[in-house]
Amino acid sequence: MEVSAKTEDRFCVVSVMHQRIDAAAALEFKEAMRQTTADAPNVVILDLHRVDFIDSSGLGAIVATMKHLAPQRSLVLAGLTPAVEKVFKLTRMDSVFSVFNTLDAALSAQSV
Amino acid sequence: MHRPGRSTRHSATLLPFDVYIESGEFAVRKALRKVLDGLEPLGLDLEEASTVELVLAEALNNINEHAYPDPQAAGLIHIHCLHSADGLHIRINDEGYAMPDGQAPLGMAQNLDVPDSELPEGGFGWFLIRDLAKDVCYHRVGKQNQLDLRLAVAIPAPA
Repeated sequence: MEVSAKTEDRFCVVSVMHQRIDAAAALEFKEAMRQTTADAPNVVILDLHRVDFIDSSGLGAIVATMKHLAPQRSLVLAGLTPAVEKVFKLTRMDSVFSVFNTLDAALSAQSV
Repeated sequence: MHRPGRSTRHSATLLPFDVYIESGEFAVRKALRKVLDGLEPLGLDLEEASTVELVLAEALNNINEHAYPDPQAAGLIHIHCLHSADGLHIRINDEGYAMPDGQAPLGMAQNLDVPDSELPEGGFGWFLIRDLAKDVCYHRVGKQNQLDLRLAVAIPAPA
């Protein structure tokens, strides 16, 4: 599972380079996120705009990442495609995360 | 026959088809691809296609994890798709372990009103299946698990 990270002073952006976070990719995703965010600042923005499918295993892996970063650091979600947004909405997990439609919107929110 | 004024979308007929796969790590991706390819004639929109993909993924993940838990002992999974006026009927058979108590999980919504550290990381699969699919029905038939469900997609517009 390839992710690409860009770190600024107060936040970092981790972009998922794959199209699917599914049962076959969930463990790898969690591990990649742990490694990538080891020295991350307080806010980690997860850029999901390339991801066009997640299942409940992928959702669980994102929740696990959020719990791993907590309590010092928060996980913000950005760029949800319709199929990904649907899974968050149906499970009401969209109420647990800060969710932004686009990466730009998530970045603007950090500079306030 | 051409019927003026009627949407031609979803008027295509789809012959019933079957997909057979061996369980395993990447089996679900392969099966989803085959089923979605097979459904091509229905012209599903993105929303419908993502519903089919999600429900089928959850059902197949469960079979992979619980019916055939031993990765060294792959088993057969058979998916049958049939389209009719009330949507897409999917029947999934496998020869693995039966569901506990002979019943499919109820898939209740998870309680999210908890501290972040206690948020659930699993247990969403059956919730999603029951939320998105209709007429979900599980039977143990001989040595097989049989899961039937219907997805209200590709339903012809009323005349």
